Amino acid sequence: MSEDRVEVRRTAKLYVGGEFPRSESGRSYEVHSADGRLLAWVARASRKDLRDAVRAARSAQPGWAGKTAYNRGQILYRVAELMEGRRAQFEMELADAGASDPRRGVDAAIDRWVWYAGWCDKVHQVLGGTNPVAGPYFNFTIPEPTGVVGIVAPPDQSLLGVVSRLAPVIVSGNTTVVVASEKAPLPAVSLSEVLATSDVPAGVVNVLTGLTRELVPWLAGHMDVNAIDVTGVPDDLLKQVEELAAGNVKRVHRAPEVDPFSPGAQSPYEITALMEMKTVWHPIGA
Amino acid sequence: MGDATDIEKRETGTPEETPPWEYAPAPESTEVVHLRDRYDLFVGGRFVEPKSGRYFTTINPATEEPLAEVAEAGEEDVNLAVRAAREAFEERWRDLRGKERAKFIYRIARALQERSREFAVLETMNNGKPIKESRDVDVPLAAAHFFYYAGWADKLEYAFPGRTPRPLGVAAQITPWNFPLLMCAWKLAPALAAGNTVVLKPASTTPLTALLLAEVIEQAELPPGVVNVIPGPGGKTGEWLARHPDVAKIAFTGSTEIGKVLRRSVAGTGKRLTLELGGKAANIVFEDAPLDQAIEGIVNGIFFNQGEVCCAGSRLFVQESVFELLLDKLKARLDTLRVGDPLDKNTDVGAINSRDQLEKITELVQSGIEEGAEIYQPDCVLPERGFWFRPTLFTNVSQSHRIAREEIFGPVLSILTFRTPEEAVEKANNTPYGLSAGIWTDKGSRILWMAERMKAGVVWANTFNRFDPSSPFGGYKESGFGREGGRHGLQPYLHLDGGAA
Repeated sequence: MSEDRVEVRRTAKLYVGGEFPRSESGRSYEVHSADGRLLAWVARASRKDLRDAVRAARSAQPGWAGKTAYNRGQILYRVAELMEGRRAQFEMELADAGASDPRRGVDAAIDRWVWYAGWCDKVHQVLGGTNPVAGPYFNFTIPEPTGVVGIVAPPDQSLLGVVSRLAPVIVSGNTTVVVASEKAPLPAVSLSEVLATSDVPAGVVNVLTGLTRELVPWLAGHMDVNAIDVTGVPDDLLKQVEELAAGNVKRVHRAPEVDPFSPGAQSPYEITALMEMKTVWHPIGA
Repeated sequence: MGDATDIEKRETGTPEETPPWEYAPAPESTEVVHLRDRYDLFVGGRFVEPKSGRYFTTINPATEEPLAEVAEAGEEDVNLAVRAAREAFEERWRDLRGKERAKFIYRIARALQERSREFAVLETMNNGKPIKESRDVDVPLAAAHFFYYAGWADKLEYAFPGRTPRPLGVAAQITPWNFPLLMCAWKLAPALAAGNTVVLKPASTTPLTALLLAEVIEQAELPPGVVNVIPGPGGKTGEWLARHPDVAKIAFTGSTEIGKVLRRSVAGTGKRLTLELGGKAANIVFEDAPLDQAIEGIVNGIFFNQGEVCCAGSRLFVQESVFELLLDKLKARLDTLRVGDPLDKNTDVGAINSRDQLEKITELVQSGIEEGAEIYQPDCVLPERGFWFRPTLFTNVSQSHRIAREEIFGPVLSILTFRTPEEAVEKANNTPYGLSAGIWTDKGSRILWMAERMKAGVVWANTFNRFDPSSPFGGYKESGFGREGGRHGLQPYLHLDGGAA
């Protein structure tokens, strides 16, 4: 290769229904590195894009939940495999975002996928159960996915943060619409490219880039979103988000504030926080 | 539709083949209940007059006679109750060893068992529900809930693997009028076992058994302030309580409408919240179901507690091939239901809890007639005083009718049909609610297939309206979030700190 070869730059697009559209609005916004370089013009999703993403997530949900837990586990493990193969790109993006130790961030993000992937076929055993009711009935409780979950990714920890919110949500069979970190969206964009090539079915994860304050209230008020992870919602926006979430009694979850690299940052209770416990009764008789 | 707008004038059914069974009156004695003229607030371990200075009258909905005057908690009373609960939490309850907390809760369970008849009769007098239900369901289950959760108090570290549970603080609990005592038990038992203290606001039409429970708690010598009971209207007392800054957790059972109001009012405060809201449950009968058993399940599903049940099976879906047969059987069964004096031990359907609720039911039933559904009501004689509504069936119901979409919270069943299991799933889930569902079929694989697809927190297969303290209960979608009952019912009352390494 000659030294004067011109680099091919990537267009950072939305990820909706397994495809990579630009915003239907034609809008984009500038994303800069921590040291001020222009990194990219990133799609600025509109309300219509958000609705499209919710529709894609809703359509994909029964199929994703209907896969066997073993199969979901293998698919999510494969996400880790493919991230490992693209780690140079993720490290570069984390460095651009100002991470002090990009390698550590990528390691932790990949390991988090592996950890959660293994929960797919265990969470029901550990956190469901049978109940000894006082009567001739067999009674059991199983956790089930709640449906479509909106995720507001943490603004910092632009890779580990989004993986730590996303993995526990989809482990159980939920599908999602993720609002990426506004100031450092590129790791989430790259993650969507990994997801697109890793057997995660189209629509299971949809990633929107854009302005947090614009997108989040639309997400919180959407009547076909069952739950919202507000870990990345700015404090002064939380009240409005929770008020909007009341419209269809959304589940609102916020991850505990812990060091994202610590063991406490991953938990099966993060999985069940966005699941429903279903209890089934049946008589016992000859 | 014609001019048939007056429900009372509608054609009513007549038992055709068998003459109605004659029942002699079998009234339960009220001697066991010693009503006071006046009930005060229970705050800080004793009964105190309300700072508000206000009392309201609580009545027997079956007679409209006043039963007692009950203190109404004003804003200052709410503040005092929360302060008492906060102090009790910090100074005593939080640090009391689990095994000692357990013993206090066991005492409550035992006292409920010992005074069970008194509680049952008082519940029936204040709520209007049949004595056989308060006696056989509400009170024994309430005692069982305390007994079950008492045993968790010293075993919390086993409930949540890998976590170190901690209580939250003061729990505000707002209970409904349909199962007044039982809902107090569902709320208090896990909260206390987890080490929280409580301010409980019972429903304003049915405060008496909650206040009798307060007396039991006083006699059980729980540390003062661990449980406080402050009756009052939801829109005022409940709202003040939920908004109080020292409240860490709110547990509410009631309508979806009020649940949303409550959700908005605590938005952004970081308070923990669980909501157990309305329902519009599908009860689905397949052609291979044991029909006579299913009839009993349908009747239990919608007429238990006059249908004033959030998980009532208010939408019946019948496979087309057995629709006519099932409808005939159901009508015949309806004709045998005994509606009337709730204190009579033979009564199946008692009084509606309040005039407001009766008006709401009447209005929705009227809408069913106006929208073109076909009504059937048995020809039963209703008492002259009190609030009554005949057991009611609607056929020719479309999914868009209000009676198929809105929670009626009364003895009114909307009947629809389906052809295939897929269609049953589609129609059953076609509601913003998701509390419960019923499935009737002899085919095991179909039960599990259907159960998997129901968007509902509780699925009863070949049974309906079963409850147990070890069995989690709560909704999907707009029926609320969080579970009450079982191991899962502890979680809303605990911080789960720390992770496994």
